Amino acid sequence: MNCRGVVLEISDYLDGELDREVVAEIERHLEQCEDCRWVVDTTKKTIEIYCNAEPLPLPDAVRQRLHAALENRLRRGHR
Amino acid sequence: MQRPNSHPVKRGEAATPSRAVKDDREAALVAAARAGDPAAFEELVSRYERKIFRLAHNVTGNHEDAEDVMQEAFLKSYANLDRFQGDSRFYTWLVRITVNEALMKLRKRRVNVVSLDEQLESEDDVMPREVQDWGPSPEQRYAQAEMQGILADTIASLEPGFRIVFLLRDVEQLSTEETAELLGLSVPAVKSRLLRARLRLREKLNPYFRRDRDALGRSRSSEP
Repeated sequence: MNCRGVVLEISDYLDGELDREVVAEIERHLEQCEDCRWVVDTTKKTIEIYCNAEPLPLPDAVRQRLHAALENRLRRGHR
Repeated sequence: MQRPNSHPVKRGEAATPSRAVKDDREAALVAAARAGDPAAFEELVSRYERKIFRLAHNVTGNHEDAEDVMQEAFLKSYANLDRFQGDSRFYTWLVRITVNEALMKLRKRRVNVVSLDEQLESEDDVMPREVQDWGPSPEQRYAQAEMQGILADTIASLEPGFRIVFLLRDVEQLSTEETAELLGLSVPAVKSRLLRARLRLREKLNPYFRRDRDALGRSRSSEP
């Protein structure tokens, strides 16, 4: 497998959705290609960074308006 | 030699466990809310309001629309609690409602997240231009608020058709099939967009995270 082949399979590789034979082929390439090792590693880190990032606190005014709207609905006591 | 196999992706505590993870407290709150306990629904809202607002903001790219979408999503989920089947997590159901509301907003603004320029989906655009090492924990080089700014800016700069697929698959952890169904795309289209979204975000984050741009930095303009 060449570099293009590895890049095209990166998503399925990181998601664990490839056959064992294809994984072995990719890993053989990675053992001798530092660029591809970095691409795989930094793509994986990209996903992890977004996935694990805490959301910002809700701005106070936004939170107050949300809860006021909910309270209004909940107070009416029916859905 | 460094072991190249770095998969699978590790999703930590802060990740949204929107599927496969049983959440007893969530289930109890949903049951209480369905039985008419308003405090239980308020607690569900407080649990998820930040994530839902972030999702709405990331999809619509607009603060005002995000607030409308979040409010509408919570109100609709309350109004339709009896229709919630309980075969997925409540949060996943809420994500679906939020995305539908956000897509309606985008349609009104004539932003199309379904069809993409053919050029954007060609195979020629996938090869990375910048290839550098980021080191073990690149995100720790930034304070939390700064990091959140970087992530918000980079994801906002992604084309809407890629951005929404990345958000649903990687941030909200919907399955490929769920994402395809929600967006009206085929499974191969979702996979293709996810690949491109991940690679583009990697490229956009590279200037912030590369470990040593002088010693290690080099660019790759074509396939070796």
